[in-house]
Amino acid sequence: MSPIPAVQKAGLPGVLTPRVAINVALIVILALVPVYTALAGETFALTLFTRIIILAIAALSLNLIMGFGGMVSFGHAAYLGIGGYAVGILAKEGIASGFVQWPVAIAAAALYALVVGALSLRTRGVYFIMITLAFAQMIYYVAIGLDRYGGDDGLTIYHRSQFGAVVDLTNRTVFYYVCLGLLLVSIYLVWRIVNSRFGMVIQGARSNERRMRAIGFPTFRYRLVCFVIAGAMCGLAGALLANHTDFISPAMMHWTRSGDLIVMVVLGGMQAMFGPLIGALTFLVLEEGLSRVTVYSNLILGPFLLVVAISMHGGIDSLIAGSRRG
Amino acid sequence: MLYFFEQFLNGIQLGMLLFLLAAGLTLIFGIMDLVNLAHGSLYMLGAYFAASFVEWTDSFLLGAILALAATALVGMVLEVVAMRRLYGRNHLDHVLGTFGLLLFFNELVRLIWGPAGMTLSLPPEMLNAIEVVPGLFYPLYRLVIIAVTLAVAVLIYFLIMRTRLGMLIRAGASNREMVGALGVNIKLLYTLVFGLGAALAGFAGLMQAPILTVQIGMGENILIAAFVVVTIGGIGSIRGAFVASLLVGLADTVGRAFVPDLLRAFLSESASSSLGRALSSMTIYLVMALVLIVRPEGLFPAASK
Repeated sequence: MSPIPAVQKAGLPGVLTPRVAINVALIVILALVPVYTALAGETFALTLFTRIIILAIAALSLNLIMGFGGMVSFGHAAYLGIGGYAVGILAKEGIASGFVQWPVAIAAAALYALVVGALSLRTRGVYFIMITLAFAQMIYYVAIGLDRYGGDDGLTIYHRSQFGAVVDLTNRTVFYYVCLGLLLVSIYLVWRIVNSRFGMVIQGARSNERRMRAIGFPTFRYRLVCFVIAGAMCGLAGALLANHTDFISPAMMHWTRSGDLIVMVVLGGMQAMFGPLIGALTFLVLEEGLSRVTVYSNLILGPFLLVVAISMHGGIDSLIAGSRRG
Repeated sequence: MLYFFEQFLNGIQLGMLLFLLAAGLTLIFGIMDLVNLAHGSLYMLGAYFAASFVEWTDSFLLGAILALAATALVGMVLEVVAMRRLYGRNHLDHVLGTFGLLLFFNELVRLIWGPAGMTLSLPPEMLNAIEVVPGLFYPLYRLVIIAVTLAVAVLIYFLIMRTRLGMLIRAGASNREMVGALGVNIKLLYTLVFGLGAALAGFAGLMQAPILTVQIGMGENILIAAFVVVTIGGIGSIRGAFVASLLVGLADTVGRAFVPDLLRAFLSESASSSLGRALSSMTIYLVMALVLIVRPEGLFPAASK
């Protein structure tokens, strides 16, 4: 037990702990998935793992504000939707270039996060959970009202984002490695943020906001910037998701999708760099695996989540790290 | 004017229904400090139980009473088996655990009652419409909903504010250790409160069942609306829940009835219809965001929490 967990260096320590070994193994396995699917001659695993990686980026961004910043956002799927709709709407209007689509997706999500954060960060605790949910619901209904872009039924995207001669996203393997690369960059980014002075302030504000303010940090501004960074990152995940499914619909912003993201983060382990990835992997593989065994898969998945909530503090990551974590 | 009055009645009816859900939710929220996403599942179960029991007993009243008892029982079992272990944990564990329960109950209902929805038919004498003011005929059953839920609201208020049990519940909300130290069986008290909340949710479900289709996931959207009510009212406050229910019920109905017409005055037909649909569904969330921006702890913040 370290006395002040907030200033602990999070993740990626220099020595080879079990956690580092497992995280490295995880990256190697993820990197080899396309090799396996090429040898086995099936594409299903590639599709599943692309989805896992994209949602891991979304969960990672949620972990930044929720795990490290203590801001429990129950509307995180809205950013997925905004990123996705940015790509879908631009594609429908004839702007297929990814050099335009992706920055627009990121900027739109960041702008939304700025507005929502500025208004919501005045509240605390459950009220914060509820107001972020309320804003996400509004975006959900806006998407339903977009008749030109499919309304309730959603919109099919006929051309994936085009990057000229740089990369060809229509190739599943190429797209997979693009997603994996972006995930690793995002993890590195979050690690840098969390261990920077900025990240220390964010974590300090989680532990004791009054004290942080007393020593002179304008915590509201720090939290807001953190909230916007997370929103932008999740917007990128949304752009990837739209490219992956070739389809956008309001359903990707339903509040239960936000619930899924929270489940992934808590399941994997909050404040752990690879927690969101492990959580997304466990949740989606379990969901997929159980649905093959029985049509009533949630009869098992539901109680499993309940048992995790009741008996496991710190998610799967705490099992891996053992007693090293407080 | 008549149209306005009719929409007003619809708003009151929706508000009273939301109050049934929100009352249980705010009690559980305020007293056990538990975020319960599975509350909507109890609403769904109430409707399914009612549909089955009414068919089985061939009597609406008897079926409704049986459904109420069954939902309360499920609630109490749920408290003893699962919820009890989540008290005192952080809200994220609540979200994770009760989200799991929500998935479980949806699937359980699909297993027992099948994926197709059910209908609950009213006794024939309930199908009439009566003339509430000259020129306006309003369905009798909707008036019954308003009357019955108002009676229940008064009953809950009386129970919480004027009885010994209510006093213990309120005391438990302020300081659970102290109430326990004074020799009150706080565990049993919590189980009873949870059962009461479940019964109220089930009651809302079975009252709504004849108007809507009884289907899987029916509790999910209304759960969010109930959370909006609880948040606007101030967590833990029954009075706040009552005021906020009426506010949300009226805001939603008025939004749906008048926003599209209002927009038509400024915008083209197609733009106003799509925008109107979006805006009218957003009304209650707008109200909530506005309330929280002005009063970050809701309209009636619970004192000394």
